[in-house]
Amino acid sequence: MSQQGYVATPPYSQSQSGMGLPPPHYGHYGDPSHAGPAPGVMKPAGPLGAAAPGGMLPQGPPPPGPHQFGQNGAHAQGHPPQRFPGPPPVNNVAPSYSPYASAAQSAYPSPASTSSIAQLGGQLNAMQISTGGSGMAPPGQGPPGPLSAPSFPGPPRPPQPAILQPGSQVLPPPPTALNGPGAPPLPPPAHRQDGFPGPAPPNAQFQPPPLPGQSLGTGYAPQPANYGAQMPGAQLSYPGGFPGGPAQMAGPPPPQKKLDPDSIPSPIQVIENDRATRGGQVYVTSTRGQVPPLVTTDCVVQDQGNASPRYIRCTTYCFPCTSDMAKQAQIPLAAVIMPFATIPSNETPLYLVNHGETGPVRCNRCKAYMCPFMQFMEGGRRYQCGFCSCVNDVPPFYFQHLDHVGRRLDHYEKPELSLGSYEYVATLDYCRKNKPPNPPAFIFMIDVSYSNIKNGLVKLICEELKTVLEKLPKEEQQESSAIRVGFITYNKVLHFFNVKSNLAQPQMMVVTDVGEVFVPLLDGFLVNYQESQSVIHNLLDQIPEMFADSNENETVFAPVVQAGMEALKAADCPGKLFIFHSSLPTAEAPGKLKNRDDKKLLNTDKEKILFQPQSSVYDSLAKECVAHGCCVTLFLFPSQYVDVASLGLVPQLTGGTLYKYNNFQIHLDSRQFLNDLRNDIEKQIGFDAIMRVRTSTGFRATDFFGGIFMNNTTDVEMAAIDCEKAVTVEFKHDDKLGEDSGALIQCAVLYTTISGQRRLRIHNLGLNCSSQLADLYKSCETDALVNFFAKSAFKAVLHQPLKVIREILVNQTAHMLACYRKNCASPSAASQLILPDSMKVLPVYVNCLLKNCVLLSRPEVSIDERAYQRQLVMTMGVADTQLFFYPQLLPIHTVDVSSTALPAAVRCSESRLSEEGLFLLADGLHMFLWLGASSPAELIQGIFNVPSLAHVNTEMTSLPEVGNPYSQTLRTIMSIIQQKRPYSMKLVIVKQREQPEMVFRQFLVEDKGLHGGSSYVDFLCCVHKEICQLLN
Amino acid sequence: MATYLEFIQQNEERDGVRFSWNVWPSSRLEATRMVVPLACLLTPLKERPDLPPVQYEPVLCSRPTCKAILNPLCQVDYRAKLWACNFCFQRNQFPPAYAGISEVNQPAELMPQFSTIEYVIQRGPQSPLIFLYVVDTCLEDDDLQALKESLQMSLSLLPPDALVGLITFGRMVQVHELSCEGISKSYVFRGTKDLTAKQIQDMLGLTKPAMSMQQARPAQPQEHPFVSSRFLQPVHKIDMNLTDLLGELQKDPWPVTQGKRPLRSTGVALSIAVGLLEGTFPNTGARIMLFTGGPPTQGPGMVVGDELKVPIRSWHDIEKDNARFMKKATKHYEMLANRAATNGHCIDIYACALDQTGLLEMKCCTNLTGGYMVMGDSFNTFLFKQTFQRIFSKDFNGDFRMAFGATLEVKTSRELKIAGAIGPCVSLNVKGPCVSENELGVGGTSQWKICGLDPTSTVGIYFEVVNQHNAPIPQGGRGAIQFVTHYQHSSTQRRIRVTTIARNWADAQSQLKHIEAAFDQEAAAVLMARLGVFRAESEEGPDVLRWLDRQLIRLCQKFGQYNKEDPTSFRLSDSFSLYPQFMFHLRRSPFLQVFNNSPDESSYYRHHFARQDLTQSLIMIQPILYSYSFHGPPEPVLLDSSSILADRILLMDTFFQIVIYLGETIAQWRKAGYQDMPEYENFKHLLQAPLDDAQEILQARFPMPRYINTEHGGSQARFLLSKVNPSQTHNSLYAWGQETGAPILTDDVSLQVFMDHLKKLAVSSAS
Repeated sequence: MSQQGYVATPPYSQSQSGMGLPPPHYGHYGDPSHAGPAPGVMKPAGPLGAAAPGGMLPQGPPPPGPHQFGQNGAHAQGHPPQRFPGPPPVNNVAPSYSPYASAAQSAYPSPASTSSIAQLGGQLNAMQISTGGSGMAPPGQGPPGPLSAPSFPGPPRPPQPAILQPGSQVLPPPPTALNGPGAPPLPPPAHRQDGFPGPAPPNAQFQPPPLPGQSLGTGYAPQPANYGAQMPGAQLSYPGGFPGGPAQMAGPPPPQKKLDPDSIPSPIQVIENDRATRGGQVYVTSTRGQVPPLVTTDCVVQDQGNASPRYIRCTTYCFPCTSDMAKQAQIPLAAVIMPFATIPSNETPLYLVNHGETGPVRCNRCKAYMCPFMQFMEGGRRYQCGFCSCVNDVPPFYFQHLDHVGRRLDHYEKPELSLGSYEYVATLDYCRKNKPPNPPAFIFMIDVSYSNIKNGLVKLICEELKTVLEKLPKEEQQESSAIRVGFITYNKVLHFFNVKSNLAQPQMMVVTDVGEVFVPLLDGFLVNYQESQSVIHNLLDQIPEMFADSNENETVFAPVVQAGMEALKAADCPGKLFIFHSSLPTAEAPGKLKNRDDKKLLNTDKEKILFQPQSSVYDSLAKECVAHGCCVTLFLFPSQYVDVASLGLVPQLTGGTLYKYNNFQIHLDSRQFLNDLRNDIEKQIGFDAIMRVRTSTGFRATDFFGGIFMNNTTDVEMAAIDCEKAVTVEFKHDDKLGEDSGALIQCAVLYTTISGQRRLRIHNLGLNCSSQLADLYKSCETDALVNFFAKSAFKAVLHQPLKVIREILVNQTAHMLACYRKNCASPSAASQLILPDSMKVLPVYVNCLLKNCVLLSRPEVSIDERAYQRQLVMTMGVADTQLFFYPQLLPIHTVDVSSTALPAAVRCSESRLSEEGLFLLADGLHMFLWLGASSPAELIQGIFNVPSLAHVNTEMTSLPEVGNPYSQTLRTIMSIIQQKRPYSMKLVIVKQREQPEMVFRQFLVEDKGLHGGSSYVDFLCCVHKEICQLLN
Repeated sequence: MATYLEFIQQNEERDGVRFSWNVWPSSRLEATRMVVPLACLLTPLKERPDLPPVQYEPVLCSRPTCKAILNPLCQVDYRAKLWACNFCFQRNQFPPAYAGISEVNQPAELMPQFSTIEYVIQRGPQSPLIFLYVVDTCLEDDDLQALKESLQMSLSLLPPDALVGLITFGRMVQVHELSCEGISKSYVFRGTKDLTAKQIQDMLGLTKPAMSMQQARPAQPQEHPFVSSRFLQPVHKIDMNLTDLLGELQKDPWPVTQGKRPLRSTGVALSIAVGLLEGTFPNTGARIMLFTGGPPTQGPGMVVGDELKVPIRSWHDIEKDNARFMKKATKHYEMLANRAATNGHCIDIYACALDQTGLLEMKCCTNLTGGYMVMGDSFNTFLFKQTFQRIFSKDFNGDFRMAFGATLEVKTSRELKIAGAIGPCVSLNVKGPCVSENELGVGGTSQWKICGLDPTSTVGIYFEVVNQHNAPIPQGGRGAIQFVTHYQHSSTQRRIRVTTIARNWADAQSQLKHIEAAFDQEAAAVLMARLGVFRAESEEGPDVLRWLDRQLIRLCQKFGQYNKEDPTSFRLSDSFSLYPQFMFHLRRSPFLQVFNNSPDESSYYRHHFARQDLTQSLIMIQPILYSYSFHGPPEPVLLDSSSILADRILLMDTFFQIVIYLGETIAQWRKAGYQDMPEYENFKHLLQAPLDDAQEILQARFPMPRYINTEHGGSQARFLLSKVNPSQTHNSLYAWGQETGAPILTDDVSLQVFMDHLKKLAVSSAS
């Protein structure tokens, strides 16, 4: 759906239609727990239990409101503990709910909480209040005051349970009702806003309350998730659901009162809750359609027939049965696939299946690979494909008898029968030209123009290469890497180097014909590092000197890529180019670029041009690169405009990575760069890959986002794919889906390993299908949704005005929530903002997305930076987008130096900062250490080894190693944060109330932006208004 | 008339000039009737050990259109210090430096024995010699190794201050930078892309210094021009580097699949070489030396595709218009040759391969620039190694036998005009009063550029008598011609060699005998042959032969003595007696017959024919045959099948080949090993004698001839059998039982038949 909006044109029309149809949903947000519609409830328990302990900030009130989610969740999230196998079909609601609710209520000590639940959204509180029942104040209004005030005293204050109460009351009823039916007397899953009904942990729940108290200080969000029973029947079409309709005003009369920030759903809370309930556990993938733990939660995944969420995450784990339903809900059906995701050492690595010359067993019709979804029959002689239902003969060599339940006797011996993810050794049929591939090569291409020589960059790179080449990736069993290396330097001409091992000294070959670049040598260009080590070292020593007196300022770029690609082509191997480049390529050559950094285009319909490449050269170049398995990784060191939109296109389309270091200075930035370089060289990677996503009948993959290239509609070609690259795939209905058969996805990636072996990596994932919207909402995953929204919006940036894109995003968000409210939530006052538990934090994330500099131009952010971020997001996995859009803000001054755990994060808002504190903020690209004006001297001394804040040098990009616990702990924290991130973050030290703080402020995403971009609260109001409008 | 022979020989020794006619018919009409045009073979740099150059500059006639140089033929008024130009009759004042001259104190240029004199110009910068090696790397390992060694060796032969450069090519073309330490650098070019001179210079960064100088540091003094080129460096500075570089040269690394030829970018390599020199050292003597081991197979100038199944063009293909690359390639090389010639650079081609290498297309590179063309089977042969070494041989003064960037200017007295020249030269397109409208050879100009010259380079120059029939014999009775050759001597000096000659006019009607007696049939044969070969380059073979035949018949009609319709009465005077025989052999020579020769071979033979001096040319036309036997000392014998006798050893010198042929008996004796027996030592000596003589020839000849040692019945004996006059063939074995020679299996006519026919036609009134 999403795409409709973006991709296609008039989002409106679609959304309208969508809107029309959908039944109203309730949005819950807040603690889903309440909401917990009955069904979920049944199963619920597990998570909650787990969570309980964590009970950190659970929204206090988190009454058990397992919303529907909960119920659904049960399936999806099924926690081992309580799994209820078949969640009662309860989807509907009310009944199931009630139990929870009731439980919740009872369970929760604080009535307040319950109340809170009800309505929750703190903001909404206000609204409700104001409404008194009916309308909420339009967001616009500042003063929530009048009305709300009376009713709720303390929205602003942390502890607001009270406020909530009213709401809660409202809600409660439904739950109760549910409870009744909902068999499981589970305790209300207090914690999770997510709405895991945790059965077990009643205690936990109890705990939460107290915690909240604590948290209050910091503010915790109330979690009122209510959720009403689903109202399937009521489908009201809201024609008017356009954004910003004036109607709103009329409609809900919201009292606008300043909402208490703590009362609105908190991402931190949601994360913590999930961590509490599911962290550290074993997540078993045996059940179809179960919702995995959040990306922020550490757990151990055990593959029992479905791919680990590390490989595939879906926006929802329960697909609607019909396309009508899908349209109604407008929830994008998408999967974020990271085929090469890194697996922690405590999980089993992928098994490798080798069928010898016969190759993998595949369905004759749809060519799906043998997987757990294949159903064996006729005593094992035939099998039915789970994807296309075709009945195939089992090849003789593969025959095996079946046991009494119809399973092959070797079920557990063959990874392809029992696991969600595994690899096949590919036969020659899967190789280019039917020849086994050569091992890949790495080519290092260094810009040796004047500025790079002068600032020492070239020397730095050359020095570093000597070290880093020792660590070329290799297969575990190999002694040395099979990867060959080659070197090129360039300015306005290209210099190739012959570093053959038998040469006494390297040979340089200059290619000046940049118009039609070619590879001047074959033998000796790509060499085994170990064999040619001395020649290579000789070369690397000489390069900086060789160009020391060059005063060439102009550079070329496209010919450089071309050269690398031609070299790989000539050597008949896939590979990766590492290009170290620093300036706009202005020399006369193909791909020559002009400076087009035109501020006048900002905020106009032509702004999109700035994101498009300047010439088609880069596009066709990228295409050619992909065709030859040439991946391009670009390290940019710009000191001014370099047109990232053009230069970055090649790395993006070829599955490479773009790194950018503005105004690179050796003494400040080399650490960041070198870390990136090392990681990039060492990381796991597959070359010359083709990915194919097959689905069971009824739906299919329609759109792909990521570092990919597509020549047709089905084959996703990637020159290379590494462990940090994700491809987001959107699905659409072709036909009806059956609830029994579910929706099956098989993602097969054919690639060449670093040792030159051709392999197939298969990931299988089974999803549920349901004809109940409530199930759909229960199984959603906000982080994946945001990933999808971000990518589709950023893709649309090339073609549509930003304003339109932002409107579509807001629209769709509102629409999804409205649909829920209309169709799934229990009846409640129209003014109430009800968020599904699974989407509780969607608004805040969407708001962050809207405020991102790509979608919202800000004067201080260059167009290059925007293009850069746009590109990065396109290949990000769920975990990365989550952090990128909602940075992690850690209070350092509260750290317990005796433990290694990260301190509890706080919400990204200025109000959470304190003058006496130190805060560390990281979004995956940047890292800030914010020093409050009254930071304790002890801490300053401990960390910086200087007597006072005034002595702290904000220039530094790494912390000094000071031998005391503060310093060590902080540095440990930083390294933990850095560890899993693909990009090395440069540390910026910001003192409160000093100029650089402005930059830092931009990352406090819940606040109103300095240059536009609404605060979380405002946005929530806005969405609410939209929803109301839709509902009406 | 021994006197004429002596006169001719004397003139040749002194001036390096041989005229077809040494007494000139005084009118245009009569000159035309003489059939053989008035022409000469000029060897501009003929070695004259007895001629030390004078260290001053020549005195020029002050008439702007004349500018003839003061010479012994000028009338001098010693008292008035005036001299009269013998070409335009302008009276000129001597320059101040000549104030002291008198009858007894003459400057050298006025003395009759200095009709040829050489001046050294002291002005202007001395530019070093430049040698640019262009080396093919698509060679077999042995070949490449041998070539590398030859090149390394040549470094020691070069003058120490000469500049050298290196370009290697295969699939790509690499221009090596020679002055770098620690790393060897080269600029690489795609072998398929034709580049303009400007592009090449841009890409090599040759234009940049100039630009940056203008922009950045306009005030700085002009850098020394030689330093600016990284690609051409003095030998003494970089010979170690270059030796290493050559040593590390690898065979072209690009894979050549079965059934393919290696991709060889000769066209682009040459283009870059020319462009490089053009950009760095225009108008400075330079030698581009191309070493190639096969045909160009890609890019501009390709001669054949890389599919081995498609053979390289043959004469047959060319006749059928089936040589698809020929025209384009030829055009490419012609363009290069002209550019090189314009800049005074000469191009040598050393082609060593068993198959053809595209000399046909590339020939203009050498022909127009005065470069050498050497053809061999392999670089790993004595032939190539010696030939190459001989290029760097020195004369008695210790100077290299090479000169560069020469301009040959010809001035004539009024009764003569210049019709053209044939030789290793290009026209400079200098029109003037003495240029004829009728062209013979390269005409329309009075000046030619000869970029590479050596002491044997010989140009044929053709004249036209323009004096009208009824006009009186010109005043003074003598016609004069002055040849002025400006050139860069190998010692880097600029020099001018001036040769002024004069011949008597004679009225052809009254003094035909004189004219006839002064006919130089050898020179005439060579000059006519050059014309024939020149025509053969552009015309069909049979047409040329017909033209030659007609000329010969007309000559015989004019100068023969006979009774009409009576062939038996036909007689030629001594001065003409050999001429028909030369023509007979010329007709059979590879210069005009392409049968049995590849296009490359034909080009090779013609190339050398067009530049060698008279003696060598005659050998080429009519090979020399010596006979060795126990019957007497070695003697020259007729080039005739009757000379092939069982008890003789024959030594044939065709210029391109030296063949030693053992007669049947001799061969049997040798096989029996008599030469090893002490009692047959004389036999051993007999066997040795031709070998020694052959060595002597080999020592002096450039290029090295192919040395063939064969015997009766040997396959290589064909070289001899194809040359001799087939007086006995399988069709004419009438001499049963007589040991008169060996029959030749051919349908060619013998000299006897040829002469009979000629007589018949000459006396016939019909023709």
